[in-house]
Amino acid sequence: MDNTAIKKINAKNITDKEYFYGHKACAGCGGSLAVRQALKVLGDRSYSVLPAGCMAAVGFIYPQMAFNSNAVISMFPGSASMASGITAGNKALGVEDTHTVVFAGDGGTADIGLQALSGAIDRDDKLIYICYDNEAYMNTGIQKSGLTPFGTKTTTTPAGKNLPGSITEKKNLFEIVAAHDIKYAATASIGYINDFINKVNKAKQVDGTSFIHVYASCPTGWGTPTETSVEIAKEAVDCGLWYLAEYENGEFKLNRNPKEFKSIPEYIKKQGRFKHLTDDQIKHIEAARDKKWARIRKNWG
Amino acid sequence: MNRPKVTEFKKAKHINDYPTGPGFQGGHLVDKNAGWRTFRPVIDKDACVNCLICYMICPDGTIYKSDDKVDIDYDFCKGCGVCANGCNVNAIKMVKEEL
Repeated sequence: MDNTAIKKINAKNITDKEYFYGHKACAGCGGSLAVRQALKVLGDRSYSVLPAGCMAAVGFIYPQMAFNSNAVISMFPGSASMASGITAGNKALGVEDTHTVVFAGDGGTADIGLQALSGAIDRDDKLIYICYDNEAYMNTGIQKSGLTPFGTKTTTTPAGKNLPGSITEKKNLFEIVAAHDIKYAATASIGYINDFINKVNKAKQVDGTSFIHVYASCPTGWGTPTETSVEIAKEAVDCGLWYLAEYENGEFKLNRNPKEFKSIPEYIKKQGRFKHLTDDQIKHIEAARDKKWARIRKNWG
Repeated sequence: MNRPKVTEFKKAKHINDYPTGPGFQGGHLVDKNAGWRTFRPVIDKDACVNCLICYMICPDGTIYKSDDKVDIDYDFCKGCGVCANGCNVNAIKMVKEEL
């Protein structure tokens, strides 16, 4: 793909139209910001597919319809399959110049929807799969998912004397998707919103499946004040617990390589879900981060 | 129109008034979100440098470009404060709503 030909999108030239408006998401919701901006990039002729999850729950409340373009709710495990069907249907009807996009949460992507996503990438259907990752099943009341990091307190992994919350590490979804040799995959964060919209714009031009994993904070589930939700998503990148990278033409590329990480304890102490962590457990998180970054820097340059 | 407007909701009187399938008109809003708010963001137009950061990071899309820099659609603002926190020149203040 020729990257130089793609025009950069910014606040000045993005459309003024709103396609996700008047929804009932919690105040300060990071996922709704990701959906809003992605739909603005994709424009009028887009078809959104949403599995059961927060964005489906807050957007489609009869008689309200917060989506201003085509949108449909899919089954939890089949969102990528339904998007494949929409693409195929449009092709059969000769409807051109459309974009099919999936907005699934971390549970709907990394746990329940993974096989359908894998199938869609295998068939290389023209669709954009956006996973907004708030690190637990937030819609049903904060249960642990495959993308919940170590030490997170959720309702299914309560923190107490015996366990520090979640005892498993975050699943490496980005590399799982990249291992399919997908045409375009990227990670983003709502804290770096310009980076995110330009990745969506890039995914829009791909003739095949593309995948974007966007880190989206959740004030309700994370126990953070509503006003900090964008700031906290930025801080996660700055302290090395999340990374901005791309995969295209069979190669990984790191978009942001911080020389020095911000302090992890500072990031963790702001959030109710990590409040119980002891110094030893925070050291464990720091060690895991350093190990991951050593591997990333060695292999992705 | 850049944003959907609130329309009046008429309760169905007869079965024929309900939608005939799962399909429904997009951008159909019958209800405002203004009642959620405890604090109201107020833009200081003199301090504002029109960098549009608040417009980009508003989760609800209620901040829009206007003739006088940016304005807020108070019908749908939930008062989360992301705009005030993200503003680099502190041009947005959160003011407590009066009843």
